Amino acid sequence: MALSETTTSPNEDTKVWIERVPAPYWIVGVILLIIPSFASDFVMFQIFGWTFILGMIATSLMFLGGYGGMVSLAQMTFAGVAGYMVAIFGESAIDTISLGWPWYIAIPLALIIAMLFATAIGWLAVRTEGIYTIMITLAIAAAFFYFTRQNYDIFNGFQGFNSVLPPPLFGVDWRGPEAFYYLTLFWAAATYFAVLYLSRAPFGLALQGVRDNPRRMAALGYNVTAHRVAAYAFSAIPAGVGGILLTWQSAQISPGTVGIQPAIDILIIAVVGGLSHPVGAFIGAFLYVVLKTFAVDFLIAIGLSGDRFQLLIGLGFLLVVAFSEDGLLGLWKKLRDSRKRDPLTGEVRE
Amino acid sequence: MNAHPNTGTQNALELRGMSKRFGALAALSDIELSVRPGERRAVLGSNGAGKTTLFNCITGDFPPSEGAIRFFGEDITRFPAHERIRRGLRRTYQISLLFTGLTVMDNVYLSCLGVSRGRFSFLRARRDDALVASAEELVETVNLWDVRDTLVNELSYGQQRQLEIAMALSGAPRFILFDEPAAGLSPTERSELIEILTGLPGHMGYIIIEHDMDVALRVSEFVTMMHNGRIFKEGKPAEIEEDPEVQALYLGGGDE
Repeated sequence: MALSETTTSPNEDTKVWIERVPAPYWIVGVILLIIPSFASDFVMFQIFGWTFILGMIATSLMFLGGYGGMVSLAQMTFAGVAGYMVAIFGESAIDTISLGWPWYIAIPLALIIAMLFATAIGWLAVRTEGIYTIMITLAIAAAFFYFTRQNYDIFNGFQGFNSVLPPPLFGVDWRGPEAFYYLTLFWAAATYFAVLYLSRAPFGLALQGVRDNPRRMAALGYNVTAHRVAAYAFSAIPAGVGGILLTWQSAQISPGTVGIQPAIDILIIAVVGGLSHPVGAFIGAFLYVVLKTFAVDFLIAIGLSGDRFQLLIGLGFLLVVAFSEDGLLGLWKKLRDSRKRDPLTGEVRE
Repeated sequence: MNAHPNTGTQNALELRGMSKRFGALAALSDIELSVRPGERRAVLGSNGAGKTTLFNCITGDFPPSEGAIRFFGEDITRFPAHERIRRGLRRTYQISLLFTGLTVMDNVYLSCLGVSRGRFSFLRARRDDALVASAEELVETVNLWDVRDTLVNELSYGQQRQLEIAMALSGAPRFILFDEPAAGLSPTERSELIEILTGLPGHMGYIIIEHDMDVALRVSEFVTMMHNGRIFKEGKPAEIEEDPEVQALYLGGGDE
């Protein structure tokens, strides 16, 4: 809690910031940094690269849902808008449409357009609550999917864009497994810390206030609608960066990237991971990627048809949701609390 | 700061012909009310007299069906709630509407932030932040300093009521609406509340809804009696106490 941080005991104050970093951060940080020294190209590029990307897009949903109380199915659409814009403004194999502008114009422009798009969607969606927000954002995701599939002048219809590659900045091929691993790790970490920081900054605190008690927030002088719309706009940044990286990873973007199924997958990732903390989005993404990648092999190994892999993902989803209100984070919290408890009296031990 | 130019001769609050209907039910009918700047007024009345509805219309929780509301001369009838608050109007709620998952300090900080310019700031508050300082001062004013880092859902009922008041006092209010601040308080807490209310700066007027006559008459200079959505009597506390009609209606019908 940041405000309590500002009034913590004096020995906390005398610590340098580096001493205040909790031990788990050191461990996870070091492991993530040295993974390329022993992991295969496939693990780096496909497993971790994809985990970080989906984690970022899911974090944008975690931000809206966990802090703002707004469950949106349009996050993959925001990612897709940014991905498409990079393909359109930058370079791709479809040179009749792609403008071939340099990356330092194409990428910021793509993110700005994604933000404007999210602002407009947010402006529509914040007038609704709960299930209606889900419906309206689902409708937008569906509309964008069909629009990209049928529009050939700008979005090149069913084909989409291929050969959308990252710029060879500093002479590095950023699609090389190791470079791509560090590229996605950097942006995933930036997203994670930005959201965590923002959760205790005035904007984030006020957003949580709006989630818990919109009427009271209005009575404290907050424009509740404006705050919610701003949250949508902000959520488009991690989603947009994730969308651009996703486009680079597969070197293409097409309507399939922004379909209903990917939109729902993001919701599943965020909910399975847990909406209370940004780390949940990345845990959920890792589980999803591992299941999606290895479920086929696993099913074949036990003698079942490989194309039933969705069944396994669905079962995993059901199990987590059945046992925890807050995804894997909730399970972890339950486990920690129960270990703190005295087995006989049920009282919490310090 | 001179964001509110019209503080001279106008009334702090002026209601003209205000009505509120919920379907066929007339919760408020033709309310006429003028409160001078700095005036302390009590609104009394039995349950269902329309007192809280009156507050909800004034703060914009919902709009009145008819009539006009002027706040320091400015017509605020069509303003959304947050615009009224930014003009210096504050209120507390009868049923505490607090952020139960946040600490006492966070709650007061949020209320200070709501009327400041940093509402959308992406930067965390620094240790020497003016808002944090004013939040700390308010927490001290309402005697909650010892529990400043406690989560609100772990506070006692009386402490939650005090927190409500701290939040209403944030950011230079010009006029405050207190909705039954003494309800459910212990006698000690009541006298603390009276101390806080009487200790407010002289320019800070308020309207207080209070069932406890003892509290209401001690903290107000003027009393408005409501019954069935109408104002039926106004006067000094002493006059109201002795009024036979009031006694019959409100004080339990002493003549029978």
